[in-house]
Amino acid sequence: METMIQIKDVTKTFVGKDNTVEALKGINLEIHKGEIYGIIGMSGAGKSTLVRCLNFLERPTSGTVFVEGKDLSTLNDGELRQTRTQIAMIFQHFNLLMQRTVLDNICFPMEIIKKPRKEAVERARELLEIVGLSEKELAYPAQLSGGQKQRVAIARALATNPKILLCDEATSALDPTTTKAILALLKEINEKYGITIVIITHEMTVVQEICSHVAIIDEGVLAETGTVEEVFQRPKSKAAKKLVFQGDRQQHEEMKGKRCIRIVFTSNSSFEPVIANMVLTCKAPVNILLADTRDIGGVAHGQMILQMPEDDGAAEKMIQYLKNRKLEVEELDHYVG
Amino acid sequence: MWDSQIIMMLVEGTGVTLYMTLVSTLIAYALGLPMGITLVVTASGGLKPNKIVYKILDVIVNIVRSIPFLILLVLLIPLTRLIVGRSYGATATIVPLSLAAAPFVARLVESSLLEVDHGVVEAAQSMGASLWTIIWKVLLVEARTSLIVGATIALGTILGYSAMAGTVGGGGLGDIAIRYGYHRYQADIMIVTVILLVALVQILQVIGTKLSRKLDRRITG
Repeated sequence: METMIQIKDVTKTFVGKDNTVEALKGINLEIHKGEIYGIIGMSGAGKSTLVRCLNFLERPTSGTVFVEGKDLSTLNDGELRQTRTQIAMIFQHFNLLMQRTVLDNICFPMEIIKKPRKEAVERARELLEIVGLSEKELAYPAQLSGGQKQRVAIARALATNPKILLCDEATSALDPTTTKAILALLKEINEKYGITIVIITHEMTVVQEICSHVAIIDEGVLAETGTVEEVFQRPKSKAAKKLVFQGDRQQHEEMKGKRCIRIVFTSNSSFEPVIANMVLTCKAPVNILLADTRDIGGVAHGQMILQMPEDDGAAEKMIQYLKNRKLEVEELDHYVG
Repeated sequence: MWDSQIIMMLVEGTGVTLYMTLVSTLIAYALGLPMGITLVVTASGGLKPNKIVYKILDVIVNIVRSIPFLILLVLLIPLTRLIVGRSYGATATIVPLSLAAAPFVARLVESSLLEVDHGVVEAAQSMGASLWTIIWKVLLVEARTSLIVGATIALGTILGYSAMAGTVGGGGLGDIAIRYGYHRYQADIMIVTVILLVALVQILQVIGTKLSRKLDRRITG
């Protein structure tokens, strides 16, 4: 497959007044034509710096980037600007010109390449159709929702028929439904026009949704690269695992107690949240290992098996509480679910 | 004593004050706008950082701004003579007025342009926009509202300065206020000139605010 972007030994060091930050520490990556390539990492991992190196908005401290075989570091200002017209970019905060209408925003990159106004307007209308905002051509960005603004930004990015589209956290400011719609639009653009898309994100769901390949960046180095399937199914690096499991990684305290009890419901009102009240009263968690209760005419019937807290005092208090509620309580020696 | 002569004098004074203010502001912007743009562009983190150019401009602006206007007025008499041919009168006052206001305008422009969202500038850069395109089509346009507000402030300040110049024979309403109110103890004429000055500032302010609002596309509905 034809290589579109080749990142070669790219490092970037920011020298501040009293500290230097190594944002990128020797990145090597190849992105092929027509791919949707995800670059994912936690905030501060260096992904935004990396994407800015792809169009030299940030000049790498060492190493270089080839776009279609052209070494960006050897270009002069004019040549670099010329190349940039082929590498469009969309942003987390859309970055539209607030004092221009939607139509004029889309015309802006065409003004830069000095396209005649009439042709530019024609092209802009065509793009508005593609992103589904034809009726908004005379609106100003302030009158649009976030999703609509990003659509305008996408239309603007496509105006000069770029070969590459860089997306810097393009969906991070949008709600889940809008995110899905924007991602679908990006995918459609990729398929229809064969534009290579590079997506920078911190959300694994974005990568899963549309990317074919993914690179995981962690503290300025690439921890792992591969197809999305590979990385998602068998994450090897620590950073990859962290990102893949980020959805269900909320830390819960594990139950350490071994004591289990069985309670039998026979006559309690099913409207009374017995277990919840017990937990609130005794201020200690229990683990429900089994629950098989049903509501028969407003009365709770069935059984439950609870794992008690480690603290014996709390466990005793709970058992007492349950007995007071007129429930049968039976201690189980070694319950195995 | 409120004869037509005095009324004519006040009307004329108002005209002269407006003339000095508007022409000086125009010249001050002709000088200050490029200075302000240069300050923003050459600042560290700007589009074309240049420490030397930035520092020189920065120091010039600070020096001129810290000289009291009346002193500057006197200091610039030789230059005024050179340009206008004499050192008194309304036209002569325009020289020190413009030069004193230019650095002030430069700072106003600088702060307006710095308000422009860096992301928008970055977006323009990513499209391959040149420095000039970014200045003309992004910075100045996106900062339009703030620039107009700044210009309104500049007009008001320059009008105040022009009244000050009146004390040393600059002409206009300030001149009348000093001659009649201070030297001849005609408080009523002085009060009228003050009211006229206040009214002028008010009118300029209202026009400026209206215009900036009208041209601001960020306001919805």
